[in-house]
Amino acid sequence: MHEMAIANSLLDAIEKEALRFPQGRITKVGLRIGELAGVDRDALSFCWEAVVRGTEWEPLVLEIDYRPRRHRCERCSREFIVESYDVACPVCGEVNTIFAGGDELELAYLEVEDHEPCGAGAQGTERE
Amino acid sequence: MNRVGLERKVLSENDRLAATLRDRFETHNVLCANLISSPGAGKTTLLERTLENLNPHARVAVLTGDIQTENDARRLRRFGFPVRQITTGGTCHLDARMIERGLEEWALDELEMLFIENVGNLVCPSSYDLGEAAKIVVLSVAEGEDKPLKYPSIFFKSELMVLNKVDLLPYVPFDIAAAEENARRVHPGIEIIRVSCARRMGLGAWMAWLGARREKMLNARAAVV
Repeated sequence: MHEMAIANSLLDAIEKEALRFPQGRITKVGLRIGELAGVDRDALSFCWEAVVRGTEWEPLVLEIDYRPRRHRCERCSREFIVESYDVACPVCGEVNTIFAGGDELELAYLEVEDHEPCGAGAQGTERE
Repeated sequence: MNRVGLERKVLSENDRLAATLRDRFETHNVLCANLISSPGAGKTTLLERTLENLNPHARVAVLTGDIQTENDARRLRRFGFPVRQITTGGTCHLDARMIERGLEEWALDELEMLFIENVGNLVCPSSYDLGEAAKIVVLSVAEGEDKPLKYPSIFFKSELMVLNKVDLLPYVPFDIAAAEENARRVHPGIEIIRVSCARRMGLGAWMAWLGARREKMLNARAAVV
């Protein structure tokens, strides 16, 4: 059970990101967790609630995108989801395929209310 | 409402420290191996056998992690190499900060190999980069052959699986072929060495693997410089 440590690291990361939006309020955080990350999403949600209880971050919504393991076929370049540890390409049957994702433990996005981008660091901003 | 895309690792602070450690290890030509297993699979015994097989002048050190007690450090110090215990006081894994602190007072240029014995746990240590060159997972035949399927993260991230306690195979219902197949299903490129630390079997292959792995690291570095 290391999700408590992960939740604390997550809070640190969010607090660092928040410095970029001094005028805004972060309302939602998108998290990407791969099936090979070794992190249980329910345990992490539980720990997150414990970590932010009674803090300014309590209302923040944590949205977890659980990512399956993906491989890419060396022969036909198709990217596919690996199910039941079967890494052979489902299209052409090639058995030599390359790991293409599924070990993520990343902050994917923030949703910020009323913010003015602060400096050049605020990249990839899109209005919804 | 603005959505701001990020590509930030949740453990970016740990990863930053781990990158610094990796850089220090490589600069000083130190092969760092991070040993991970469930409790009782034989990490400490594997290290005992490793240290007793080394030339006494080998420049090797061990950081050994546990939640409590100095027992493992006491066992490992008998061989005359520098050993430091990291007691986490409850934390189920080692992180890069603990390694950085554990290395204080040691001169890396006096080492060629550093073993990190992680806290016994197949889950949590897999999330934490310690700056190692290789993660090594130890599985014993007293466990189940489906462990790689149940704990894919660590088998996926390990370069090598050391299959320990093979002397017990006649006495336990462990299908070694299935265990190896399961490890390769999770991680097709994983290397596998069968040993019995208690009976001192298979250790030549293990010692050779370590030597070859350090050579590989030095060659990779020479190619870059």
